[in-house]
Amino acid sequence: MTVATGMKKTTLLGLLALVIRRDLVLAMRRRADVLTTLIFFVMVVSLFPLGVGPEMDMLRKMAAGVLWVAALLSSMLSLGRLFSADYLDGTLEQMMLAPQSLSMLVLGKMTAHWMVSGLPLVLMAPVLGLQFDMPVQALGVLIIGLLLGTPILSMVGAIGAALTLGLRGGGVLLSLLVLPLCIPVLIFGTGAVEAVSTGLSAVSHLSLLGALLVLALVFTPWVTAQALRISME
Amino acid sequence: MLEVSNLACSRGDHRLFSGLGFALHPGQIMQVQGANGSGKTSLLRMLCGFMMPDEGAISWGGRNTRDLEEDYYAEVLYLGHLNAIKDELSALENLLISAGLSGVELDEKEALAALRRMGLRGRERLPTKVLSQGQRRRVALARLLVSDARLWILDEPLTALDVKAVALIQELMAEHLARQGMVIFTTHQPLQVAGVEMRSLSLS
Repeated sequence: MTVATGMKKTTLLGLLALVIRRDLVLAMRRRADVLTTLIFFVMVVSLFPLGVGPEMDMLRKMAAGVLWVAALLSSMLSLGRLFSADYLDGTLEQMMLAPQSLSMLVLGKMTAHWMVSGLPLVLMAPVLGLQFDMPVQALGVLIIGLLLGTPILSMVGAIGAALTLGLRGGGVLLSLLVLPLCIPVLIFGTGAVEAVSTGLSAVSHLSLLGALLVLALVFTPWVTAQALRISME
Repeated sequence: MLEVSNLACSRGDHRLFSGLGFALHPGQIMQVQGANGSGKTSLLRMLCGFMMPDEGAISWGGRNTRDLEEDYYAEVLYLGHLNAIKDELSALENLLISAGLSGVELDEKEALAALRRMGLRGRERLPTKVLSQGQRRRVALARLLVSDARLWILDEPLTALDVKAVALIQELMAEHLARQGMVIFTTHQPLQVAGVEMRSLSLS
């Protein structure tokens, strides 16, 4: 009956939108997963003022570093789930057979992952920055840095998630693989805030972050797609 | 159309099969037979490109599927042991998404019609986690109704299905073959498709 020759085909962008929408719907129906990442971020950041003591000068100085490291760690938390659910229920097999490029599907999954696990951190950061008495200008640069940097974490993390797919104890291995690769993001992200608080311009650091983001956008979907094909064998 | 030549596969040190060759033409159906562990699923996964064969080549319309990539995938519908169904989504959402992934944009009416033909009337909007095993399989099989792929690769499509659903699958296969489609499948249950000669391939 139904099969006709005139079926509507999904376009590349339609496919991208489909994957993003699907992952967002799934995330909304499993809200606990999303919240744990955010709560972990808030907890880690809030522990520092309690542990270090209320010396404003010191807190101001370490604010950017603490926020960035916490963002890095909490983004590791959710990476394990990026492909594993789809791998276990067979959806990943279907994705590999999609008539569009697998890289595009992967890009969709990365985008959704960032919207669910990276964007909330960026939105939360100004509130947490206040705990450290960060000046407004530094706070602004921190937000821009996080906005540019957290997508890189999702994208580079996706490569690790694809490589460790289906491995036992993959979570720890994933962090060991991905964290070193994220060091440049950490350096430029905190460097930007540092620069602005010492009265210099943050533009150079932020443009380097932007360049990293563009590089990641171009290469990581393809690399992740190849890693997924290897993991499926 | 689908040609396999001199295919070999091993898992670990164990050689599952070697020197395997066959051709499947439009309108033909082939059942892959063999004991548990004889490499049926491995063969089907190779045909889908998930696994690299140790030796040999798989070609589609005279060209190696490794080179065709997406052009070949567009012609393939694969249904494996895993249903590729999300528990959190309803049957309807699942079908719309899996059709979208396979490149077909469905509207809701078409998807509902397909689900109803699969005997899921009244269950279309329930989350699939409340459905039974057989019903979930039916949701997965609804993809057969909304796909325009020419080659169906079905790994144990009949598991968890009742007699009525098995009859429906036979009917769908017959329709697909009449449209000059191709089917390659495995099953441990008897399956007859009316009016077509069933080819069989034994792995030992």
